[in-house]
Amino acid sequence: MERFEVIIIGAGLAGLAAAYTLAGEGIEVVVLERGEFPGAKNVSGGRLYLNPVRPLFPSLWEDAPFERKIVHEGITLLAKEGSVALEYSGEELRRPPGHSFSVLRSRFDRWLAERAEERGAAILPNTLVEKPLVEQGRVIGVRAGGEDLAADVVISCDGALSLTAEKAGLRTPGFPRDYAVGVKEVIALDPGKIADRFHVSEGEGSARLYLGDVTKGMFGGGFLYTNRDSISIGLVIRIEDIGGEAARSVPALLDAFKERPEICSLVRGGTTAEYSAHLIPEAALRGMGKLYGDGIIIAGDAAGLALNLGLTVRGMEYALASGYYAAQAFLRAKEKRDFSAPSLEVYRSLLDDSFVLKDFRNFAATPDVLDNPRYFEHYPELAAAVFRDLYKVPAGSKDTLFSTVRRHVDLKEIWSILKDLKKASAI
Amino acid sequence: MSENAGLKAKLGLDVFKPLGKPHIRIRPGMEKDSRLKAAVTGCPAGLYTENEKGEVTLAIDGCLECGTCRIACGTDVLDWNYPQGGEGVQFRFG
Repeated sequence: MERFEVIIIGAGLAGLAAAYTLAGEGIEVVVLERGEFPGAKNVSGGRLYLNPVRPLFPSLWEDAPFERKIVHEGITLLAKEGSVALEYSGEELRRPPGHSFSVLRSRFDRWLAERAEERGAAILPNTLVEKPLVEQGRVIGVRAGGEDLAADVVISCDGALSLTAEKAGLRTPGFPRDYAVGVKEVIALDPGKIADRFHVSEGEGSARLYLGDVTKGMFGGGFLYTNRDSISIGLVIRIEDIGGEAARSVPALLDAFKERPEICSLVRGGTTAEYSAHLIPEAALRGMGKLYGDGIIIAGDAAGLALNLGLTVRGMEYALASGYYAAQAFLRAKEKRDFSAPSLEVYRSLLDDSFVLKDFRNFAATPDVLDNPRYFEHYPELAAAVFRDLYKVPAGSKDTLFSTVRRHVDLKEIWSILKDLKKASAI
Repeated sequence: MSENAGLKAKLGLDVFKPLGKPHIRIRPGMEKDSRLKAAVTGCPAGLYTENEKGEVTLAIDGCLECGTCRIACGTDVLDWNYPQGGEGVQFRFG
């Protein structure tokens, strides 16, 4: 049986971060990737926030194939007819080295894989891992492409479904409540048009979030990111909510979103280049499975390391960081020549002390607070109704400002808003 | 263009490598299980359809391998695997 020190399953951000880190320490590491090339199966919204992960990979970022530096952050509340938009721009978003960047994962991950290979990691594409090899409760390797491969530690970075973690007995199949599906189109658009429509200079870009009618009241939202010469546009919907009373299909919801006047003027003249879909773990701390076992560590989406914080939806930094800490955990276990679960527990404590699980603890209550249908239907409608009447000049005389607002925000409404604010104080 | 024709055209933009055999199957006898309805509305590629007899069928070509159906319907209803290495959708943008 061929033997490696570490086998990594999946060339996504977690797997490649682990491979890059381990190879840099001279560890014999192989990454098994089921796609034709690293990145071929990988999808995100997406945008990467660099601050938390910059120090973990100090020399990596200079030549990274980022799409655009995000300098505008927008949120739009979509009512059935009308919308209210707010945009934030800040100099700190613009200042080097930059706060966040749009990425296209097929390009980005391929580049990261090349960096790991330069350091000596082996990356085997076209290779599906059939199952982990388990002997007396201990993971000793994997079966891939009909061959058995052995390793001191298997790092499972096989994405949100992580069949490896399931087959190793570390988790059970997920629940519709704990996952969302993201669907996305990449729409090719001339960079000049992007600059004009989004008020950005070369290399700079915009990120926008849409709440309300985009999901027909379901838990989720729409997103838009500008790339170098394309726009990523899509929506995220909790799987439990799909097929409810609204019962519009997910593809139909995306089409309806694109047809909104707020969106179609932004993508006009563009041509769709790719359509993709991906799962997002959204259960946060409550849904986190076991992070390690005898001979195995789980990182990235496979470990449930994604957070929906309403204004920001994050997963990629947690994937990169957990891959890095999985590598550190292996290095410490190697010093002791002990790859059992108690020895690999250091992975958990490294994550505990890092921004990863600190974020998860800080935002433990967020999924429950956001799980409030008023955010996805009532408030967008209310906001649009108030502005509609504030701007309206009727045939007769116009109401005063105060009575216009009060027409929509009565005492009962004020009470409901206060109750929602009280709940929101937990986040 | 009908909704379905539009979706097929969109999927036609993606790069797919031929599948040796279907990687997802509705388990025999489960075709009328109500849990499959979530896949009919939820599948981003619209691969699940319900016929007039109330049976759900799956046409695997165009699968984006997202796993929505596995989460929505569960593994009692679906025998769900990834395609073999190198097969299926290959994202160029991602």
